[in-house]
Amino acid sequence: MTEADVVVIGAGPGGYAAAFMAADLGLKTLTIDKEENPGGACLYRGCIPSKALLHAAKVINEAREASHIGISFGQPQIDVNRLAEWKREVVGQLTGGLGQLRKARDVQHIQGTARFVDNHTLEVEGHEGPVKFKHAILATGSRPVVPGPLAIDSKKVMTSTEALELEDIPGSLLVIGGGYIGLELGTVYASLGSKVTVVEMMDGLLPGADRDLVRVLSKNVHSMMHEVLLGTRVVEMVETMNGIKVTLDPAREETFDKVLISVGRRPNTENLGLENTKIELDGHGFVKCDAQGRTGESHIFAIGDISGQPMLAHRATHQGRLAAEVIHGSKAVFEPHAIPAVVFTDPELAWAGITEGEAKEQGVPHKVARFPWAASGRSLTLGRTDGLTKLILDPESERILGVGIVGPGAGELIAEGTLAIEMAATAEDLSLTIHAHPTLSETVMETADVFFGNSTHMAGRRPARK
Amino acid sequence: MATEFILPELGENIESADVVEVLVSVGDSVEVDDPILEIETDKASFEVPSTVKGVIKELRVSAGEVAKVGQVVMVIEESEGAAKEEAPEDDAPSSAEPSAQEERQDSDEQEEGQAEQEEPEAATATAVSEAPTESRGQVDLNREPEPPAEEPSSNGTSSGARQLVPAAPSTRRLAREIGVNIQQVKGTGPSGRISIEDVKNHAKKLLSGAGAPAAAASAPAAASVPVVTLPDFSKFGETKREKMSNVRRATANQMHLNWSTIPQVTQFDKADITDLEALRKQLNKRRAEGEAKLTVTAILLKVLASALKKFPQFNASIDMANEEVVYKDYFNVGVAVDTDRGLLVPVVRDVDSRNVKQLAQDLNEIAEKARNKKIRPEDFQGSCITISNLGGIGGVGFTPIVNSPEVAILGVSRASMEPVYHDETFYARLMMPICLSYDHRLIDGADAARFLRWVCEALENPALLAFEG
Repeated sequence: MTEADVVVIGAGPGGYAAAFMAADLGLKTLTIDKEENPGGACLYRGCIPSKALLHAAKVINEAREASHIGISFGQPQIDVNRLAEWKREVVGQLTGGLGQLRKARDVQHIQGTARFVDNHTLEVEGHEGPVKFKHAILATGSRPVVPGPLAIDSKKVMTSTEALELEDIPGSLLVIGGGYIGLELGTVYASLGSKVTVVEMMDGLLPGADRDLVRVLSKNVHSMMHEVLLGTRVVEMVETMNGIKVTLDPAREETFDKVLISVGRRPNTENLGLENTKIELDGHGFVKCDAQGRTGESHIFAIGDISGQPMLAHRATHQGRLAAEVIHGSKAVFEPHAIPAVVFTDPELAWAGITEGEAKEQGVPHKVARFPWAASGRSLTLGRTDGLTKLILDPESERILGVGIVGPGAGELIAEGTLAIEMAATAEDLSLTIHAHPTLSETVMETADVFFGNSTHMAGRRPARK
Repeated sequence: MATEFILPELGENIESADVVEVLVSVGDSVEVDDPILEIETDKASFEVPSTVKGVIKELRVSAGEVAKVGQVVMVIEESEGAAKEEAPEDDAPSSAEPSAQEERQDSDEQEEGQAEQEEPEAATATAVSEAPTESRGQVDLNREPEPPAEEPSSNGTSSGARQLVPAAPSTRRLAREIGVNIQQVKGTGPSGRISIEDVKNHAKKLLSGAGAPAAAASAPAAASVPVVTLPDFSKFGETKREKMSNVRRATANQMHLNWSTIPQVTQFDKADITDLEALRKQLNKRRAEGEAKLTVTAILLKVLASALKKFPQFNASIDMANEEVVYKDYFNVGVAVDTDRGLLVPVVRDVDSRNVKQLAQDLNEIAEKARNKKIRPEDFQGSCITISNLGGIGGVGFTPIVNSPEVAILGVSRASMEPVYHDETFYARLMMPICLSYDHRLIDGADAARFLRWVCEALENPALLAFEG
């Protein structure tokens, strides 16, 4: 029989962070995961491989754009196998490193899939004897959703998992879903040479993000993609000799070499033996839990994608570390003021805290200040003028409630905004903090100046927009 | 060794209590579970038992004071020489003290050693280990982790609409750890920003009692009764003033909330209980020694269980914030009890799965507890509908007030013999006036009439209870 103070089921960015924290707090900790090394979907099939491929896309695009400033490289020669191999090396290096960190912390690991036998016991496929625990952290993550009508048995239909394997570069690719996964992978394949068509059911890309930010991104998306079809549904897909014949609504028929389905992800909460515990699921398959992550069994915690939206690795990591601290006796709860969201397209789009759309919808009193990057010296030196930084502020206290950024490097810049929201910073705090010149981070400071109507690089006095 | 006895958690959202009486004096010997304090919260008074055996060494509170949950109320010299290790808390500042932040850093070094040899000892740390703010080195893995100071509503993943406290994450975390509700801390920084110092000062104020009355006053309900300007009564004659009791204050607040938020209507009816009374009396004669007497209220508990199942909109609450109706799949009934401290409404649980005899017993016990101040705050929570039976006193009818967030209340008045016209003849029948006040937002008049008629018919055909109840 195996015993532990804390068993962590699933070793993704939530699970391994939880396990490491628990071990650092002196608890006897065990992880159970299908893979030998920690990483989960994020490292093996998500964030990390997609960012490696997006880096390749960036190199290709920047080399091409360089002709505008007098530097020409000619057509890039792309060795897909080498690119895929490099991506695997990156993943291998990171997950291997995590494996060593786990060993160094004396965290035990069992490779396999776990099931609850009762509320203090697990059985693991391929592992002899029960695993007994005092506390458990469920962190089994999520997987891509394939809606019924799109579920056809064909190698030419991919989810993000297969698309990241980069088996080949299809001549034409249909991306179903204009959310962040579809746009990121669409960018990769378009940069590598595929003719990419994006269909999105809603009448805008990136539902949930503010439209003024999306507009800046849309320009580039439209020029990079072969076509972007909004307000369009996929009615039927059939595999043919030449690829996948797709029927769209509004009526149209077209054949693509490959199709990528990126319409969302669902929590992995099946086959866990939850029926042998008091753990309950909600209507969407998420585990019901409180703000500390406690499930119906108060000694079993749920973190990350299985605990609700937004399904983001950094949220999982934070929750996982918190769950370990709670098990150790802390009274802390999960109460972030902001969870940053980043879309790694070109340009990147990121936001944190409340969006302008949410503020309007919820009737939160607010003012918005915007600073277009055409007025940023640093942006021009990068050969770019597309970008926008915006702040959503409380009109009374002038506190920063939300930050939205679109432009190259937005994913890094959003960190300052997130910190500002968490620290309850006011517009004046941002305005009075000296930002290095010339950097894109100055746009955050200058947006605060715009709020006061005295931005150095915006022509004229522009009082903040209501 | 000396144990600092800390006022334990008293129930949801209860932060402090009035000390009614200190039941021990310095030098007294106490056993585990001996009552040592009598305290009173907004609705309940009860005795706090000792968790250790020993001799009272020092009293830190006296009758009439307000004690905070987590406050050290007395020091008990533990007897029996049980070779326990000195609890590390002894030397450390009292655990609820706001200096927990420094303490946390200082204790980092000891932490590892302690955590390892911890388990068996931690269980013996008695009252101290239940303090809301134990030092972080003390971990007992066999114990359920402490719940957060106030339970946030949902799974904590939503963002946006909720109020953002103007405080840094580190400050918010500190407040959680030392049991301070950060929503109540006044920030001294620009735009009301709350610093770590503000949290510590707030905690100090609470501990010194200065902040306690405010906290206690805010506890019962957000709805405070509007203040009416009073005339100068002395112009008309002699007066004297008395402080409202906790029960009176809680009743005033709750009644005001009920009256001002629920558009309510009262429906009247009469039930022919001639046969039921005959049956009740007959059964009461046969009851065994020590068994509770069957009462009309006990029978009504059973009838209501069936009625709520039949009419689920009466076992519901209105969530106007989300424009939703909450339907309950449990059946608890509040029963208004007249005590010398005022109106109390303890809750009889799971009335659907108990028979009338058991309900009579339950009712007896809980009413007794309410009258003898043995009742706990949770005994007042979770009711689905309320019964107020004034039949024992008299009257022909009244309009009870719906107890929010419930949507109906059943009132019972005194039954009397009345002529009932039937088949061209008057019969003498025992008729019981009964009324139902209901929340007209959720319940239509016709439904209320049907519900009350159904209750009456159930009372008129006692045999149905046995078959359908």
